[in-house]
Amino acid sequence: MFESIDTSMIDWSRAQFALTAMYHWLFVPLTLGLAVIMGVMETLYVITGNEFWKRTAKFWIKLFGINFAVGVATGLILEFQFGTNWSNYSWFVGDIFGAPLAIEGILAFFMEATFVAVMFFGWNKVGKKFHLASTWLTGLGATISAWWILVANSWMQYPVGMEFNPDTVRNEMIDFMAVAFSPVAVMKFLHTVLSCWMLGAVFVIGVSAWYLIRKREKEFAVGSMKIAAWVGLFAALVTAGTGDKSAYQVAQVQPMKLAAMEALYDGGTAEPLTIVGNIKIPKMLSYLATHDLDGYVPGINNILLGGYTLPDGSKALPVIEKMNRGKKAIAALADFRQAKQEGGEAKMMASQKVIEENMPYFGYGYIQDPNSLVPNVWMLFWAFRVMVGLGMYFILFFIVILFLARKHKLSKVTWLHWVALWSIPLAYIASQAGWIVAEMGRQPWAIQDLLPLNAAVSNLQTGSVQTTFFIFLIMFTVLLIAEIGIMVKAIKKGPEESK
Amino acid sequence: MIKKSLISIWKFYVDGFRSMTLGRTLWLLILIKLFIMFFVLKLFFFPSFLKGKTTEEKEEFVGSELVERAVD
Repeated sequence: MFESIDTSMIDWSRAQFALTAMYHWLFVPLTLGLAVIMGVMETLYVITGNEFWKRTAKFWIKLFGINFAVGVATGLILEFQFGTNWSNYSWFVGDIFGAPLAIEGILAFFMEATFVAVMFFGWNKVGKKFHLASTWLTGLGATISAWWILVANSWMQYPVGMEFNPDTVRNEMIDFMAVAFSPVAVMKFLHTVLSCWMLGAVFVIGVSAWYLIRKREKEFAVGSMKIAAWVGLFAALVTAGTGDKSAYQVAQVQPMKLAAMEALYDGGTAEPLTIVGNIKIPKMLSYLATHDLDGYVPGINNILLGGYTLPDGSKALPVIEKMNRGKKAIAALADFRQAKQEGGEAKMMASQKVIEENMPYFGYGYIQDPNSLVPNVWMLFWAFRVMVGLGMYFILFFIVILFLARKHKLSKVTWLHWVALWSIPLAYIASQAGWIVAEMGRQPWAIQDLLPLNAAVSNLQTGSVQTTFFIFLIMFTVLLIAEIGIMVKAIKKGPEESK
Repeated sequence: MIKKSLISIWKFYVDGFRSMTLGRTLWLLILIKLFIMFFVLKLFFFPSFLKGKTTEEKEEFVGSELVERAVD
């Protein structure tokens, strides 16, 4: 029974998954970001034949290699956790989650693994163009990996392209294209991957600034900063644009997440966007959420109580009604299983019909208290502002770098070098804040509206989940210290002279 | 022809591994990590919850879980 599930065990399982995902996400964005920057540098080498770009590209490829080696396969631990801590979820999602992850593993990972060897071992052994192709294909492999992971994640936020089969108790994919190219997946991919390019750019600029502070490698540092700033500015602008589109999508498919991001309890028309405190932009939230300055944005209380008009013209159901419909679906699932055992074909069909009618609310049947549907408002409100605020800061940062580069003053402005160096942790904070918004905003759902965490979690001993949490904490911290140590050593050594 | 290609690919990798400097440390790190993940974590801490069950038993198990966890 539900009462037998220890709620602290759910929290520990969540904490363990969040910890693993956040540590994993320290390595991934730098891999994706550096891949593009070093690709551009090597392209310049192949086009111009200038050895300077070869030396520059080789250095960043080396740092890419360190990050890649430390970060590789850490994501597998997340997959272990699906089987152990979230076994009901793993079965319930069926092939929908398995298919993108399998494609990710087979196609993208092997593509990445093949070309990464040519990229590292192939200097002076394969042709320039083949080496360049390998560098780009390594980055492309990593990006394709990200695509499939984000497809799986997007499906949890916006489940489409499937049908629930009460016979197997699984969701079955009926439309692969709807899953692979759902609008939420496309926007999430663009927003996430481009934000990784931005992080990579900030990293390259910050490390280059360190050389300028130390008065070393001036030409290398300035050249790297220019390339990174162009990549970063492009990425930051696209990230801002896709962030706007994502906010619109969230308003449509996860209105509670948007309301929590804005700490909006009682919504209305022509809603302002809160910057912080009482500083607000009139009508901006309505515009972001509905693309209409006077559009209606529901608040947390409105979503719980229902009754407002949805974009399709229908009335929003109160949560209590959704909970009743969810219970109906689950009761029908119980009837279906009973009828299956007894061989009652007609009763099975009748139960299946009730399940189909109420399936959009299936997960609400596990909700005890409507207030548990409200995510952590404080955390979301601030994580969102940290992400957006830093995103805006980085746009300005890249513009300043490019302006000074144009004026040939990039190597002379010492304060900017310190700002650039200390911007590296800020890029990671922005990236993590983005995931906090995306994932904490989805709570308490494992799959939006279909499966809350208390139904998704395996019935484990709290103590064993706590133990593995601390094992991960130690293991990942050691890995992180190892990475930073090796990376700092390589940076101190600097780019090697071309042979 | 195929044999020659395979030998040259083999040599490419062997030469690459031999010429590594920093890469040796990184490979050691990768191997230690994979050992911890697959021979410690996976075996002792992450046995699959549904492992050892047939498909029918998994359906039965998860079906019962989903029905019983619903709030009365």
